[in-house]
Amino acid sequence: MTNNLDSMTFIEVKNLSKTFDQFLANDSISMNIKKGKIHALLGENGAGKSTLVKCLYGVVKPTAGQILINNNHVIINNPREARSYGIGMVFQHFSLFPALTVSENILISLDEKITKKNLEDKISITAKQWGLPIEPTKKVLDLSVGEQQRVEIIRCLLQNPKLLIMDEPTSVLSPQEINQLFKVLRKLANSGCSILYISHKLNEIKQIASKVTILRSGKVISSTDTSKISTTSMAEKMIGKKVKKITKISKNNFLNSSTAISINNLNRKKLSQFGTELKKISFNVKYGEILGIAGVAGNGQVELMNALSGETLGDPDEIIFEDKKIGNTNIKFRRSLGLEFVPEERNGHATVPDITLTENTFLTFYNTYLKNSNFLDDILLSSNMSSNDSKSIINDNDVRCPYSNPLADQLSGGNLQKFIVGRSLKANPKVLIISQPTWGVDIGAASEIRSKLLELAKLGKAIILISQDLDEIYEISNNICVINNGSLSTPKKTSKISATDIGILMGIN
Amino acid sequence: MENLLITILLTSIPILLAGLGELVTEKSGVLNLGVEGMMLCGAVAALGSVLIFGNPYIGILFGAVAGILISTVFSFFTITLMTNQVATGLGLTIFATALTGLIGEPFVGKTAASLPKLEIIFLSDIPYLGKILFSNDILVYFAIFLIFFIHFGFQNTKIGIIIRAVGDNHDSAHSIGYSVKLVRWISTSFGGMCAGMGGAYIPLALTPHWSEGMTAGKGWIALALVVFASWMPIRLLIGALIFGGITILQFVAQARGWDVPSQFLNMLPYLATILALALISFKLKQNNYAPTCLGKHFLGNK
Repeated sequence: MTNNLDSMTFIEVKNLSKTFDQFLANDSISMNIKKGKIHALLGENGAGKSTLVKCLYGVVKPTAGQILINNNHVIINNPREARSYGIGMVFQHFSLFPALTVSENILISLDEKITKKNLEDKISITAKQWGLPIEPTKKVLDLSVGEQQRVEIIRCLLQNPKLLIMDEPTSVLSPQEINQLFKVLRKLANSGCSILYISHKLNEIKQIASKVTILRSGKVISSTDTSKISTTSMAEKMIGKKVKKITKISKNNFLNSSTAISINNLNRKKLSQFGTELKKISFNVKYGEILGIAGVAGNGQVELMNALSGETLGDPDEIIFEDKKIGNTNIKFRRSLGLEFVPEERNGHATVPDITLTENTFLTFYNTYLKNSNFLDDILLSSNMSSNDSKSIINDNDVRCPYSNPLADQLSGGNLQKFIVGRSLKANPKVLIISQPTWGVDIGAASEIRSKLLELAKLGKAIILISQDLDEIYEISNNICVINNGSLSTPKKTSKISATDIGILMGIN
Repeated sequence: MENLLITILLTSIPILLAGLGELVTEKSGVLNLGVEGMMLCGAVAALGSVLIFGNPYIGILFGAVAGILISTVFSFFTITLMTNQVATGLGLTIFATALTGLIGEPFVGKTAASLPKLEIIFLSDIPYLGKILFSNDILVYFAIFLIFFIHFGFQNTKIGIIIRAVGDNHDSAHSIGYSVKLVRWISTSFGGMCAGMGGAYIPLALTPHWSEGMTAGKGWIALALVVFASWMPIRLLIGALIFGGITILQFVAQARGWDVPSQFLNMLPYLATILALALISFKLKQNNYAPTCLGKHFLGNK
């Protein structure tokens, strides 16, 4: 490498390794990021992206290897030192403080001395300069997710970064917000700041980054220009095998079937100050249909899920299943009719984290186990039955456990989700209502879960899919509607609604 | 009337001091139920040191140091060893009650010197108000100063905002480079210092004799008050005065010979605590000021 080339490099990582106990999270990683370039880091969950980035930002210390900034060997002990080298980071799960105001949030991460008043002015100026409108005196918990991300970005910008690390920045944004973010990132790169862009969305990487480094099980698999690699081969390198193509069912096979569930004028008051009120929600789902409900997080998805599952109750005729009015009935009753629910939070809501999978299975099915037998038999047999059931769920759905019958929270997100979906399928539901099924799940598991849902629809069951992931909605739904601020748009055929339409329905210009 | 108001103010000082300290501790995310115990330690240390050195100001110092020391035990267990905060706090109080009983044994029957009143020139000449507000001992002024100091500190200083941030979201605080454990140690020690001074105030200004468990539940009231005040220092003052007033009411009732069972009067401050808590938690649904990480362990990066 010539000197000239080296002077173009801002940061270089040489043979960096990091082990947690026995687990090798990063295995001798080498890469470099050029000045003023957008460099993508691609990999599945658990591939070591976060660990690498945390090493660069000084949150964790590498076990071995070197980091060079402007050709000088550096040791980054903590985030403050990282910031002094010009490294800024926007976290995936924002590192903001909800109860503090925007300016207070920014104040405590600045190393310079500045009064709150002066800082508020400075924030307004920077916000205007970069096209990131924000109100500095507002509390963070009153901001939308997109606005919260702006706070994180402004926080970095105020430190005049030379390298901005963005961890999965678009997973919570609407299509329009993504375009706006990309504009800011390009502007930033043009001004000479390097950007390390972490994502597992291949199209985005193609669109925004000039170079991509692909990680798999802690190792660098490939590092090339994005112009020289197709999204398919990126995906294959990332998961290490061919991607299974999902085939959608022929479009109209459910048209003649009867309506499974209909929601009529469903209203719910907000549960907390920061909740969303549901306003006149109406839709029908037929047997064999998958209805996708898109929307940016925090627009009433949780409230809708609670209303559908029976965690919050309303008038009887708000929800009609076949001919039964069930709007005022509890979860247990709804499940006995053949409805199944998979809530968004898999650890703590869909399962009890610190009991075993068998015990979780027992909690789901004890009703069916305890039928037609006497008390003593119940006690003796039900543990066998739940153990058998949980084993068959694990086998049928390729749930990978660290050992047999682990605690629920010992499974990775993807495996736990496969278990939860499998458990719902085991109940042989007529209607499955599922929320954010692949949020934070790796590509392999996500595509398996989606094909399970398609199979279920093929069997003539109705599915309501609430998801923030537009790709997922497009991939498997027959009809799509959008939830925005507690109101639901009229469902439209998937082929008749574009991403731009959805963006407009999400209410973000 | 003037005397009555002064008495109410003085009675509320130990609760106010201890409450202010606990408020800071809880804002950083630590729930220290050992306030009563820390106050007892402050009381016995203050009394003992005054009996030895004869100077009540030395008593304040010893009370504060005793509070810090005993809170360090709590910090070591809960923050470093990550034991359960509720159990450790309760244990601390039980331990301190017995320990101070042991230490205080030789002091029984002896009288300690009280804190002198400091009249502030001009201000103390204001009719009515001057007597009540500006001719008190140093800890009264300190407690009132502390209210505004904490209020202002939380709003406008970096360290104040950092303490709130750690209590709000410790993972974020860690990820932007603050030592969650250090901030919590400091906040808990500050809480210990205030509780120690609050405890010291009892023998130094209210009842100059040692009796076992002489804080008589004031620590528990302080704990409840922090919630009652929704973690706001100025509301804490109002709360402390209400409880002080109700406590004094008992003596007034006895002195005037009201036909109310004394057990009922003894119960009143606690009853008021429960009522206040119930009313506030009613309102809390709308207005939740509780630090989000209160009572949660920070595990940090393995």
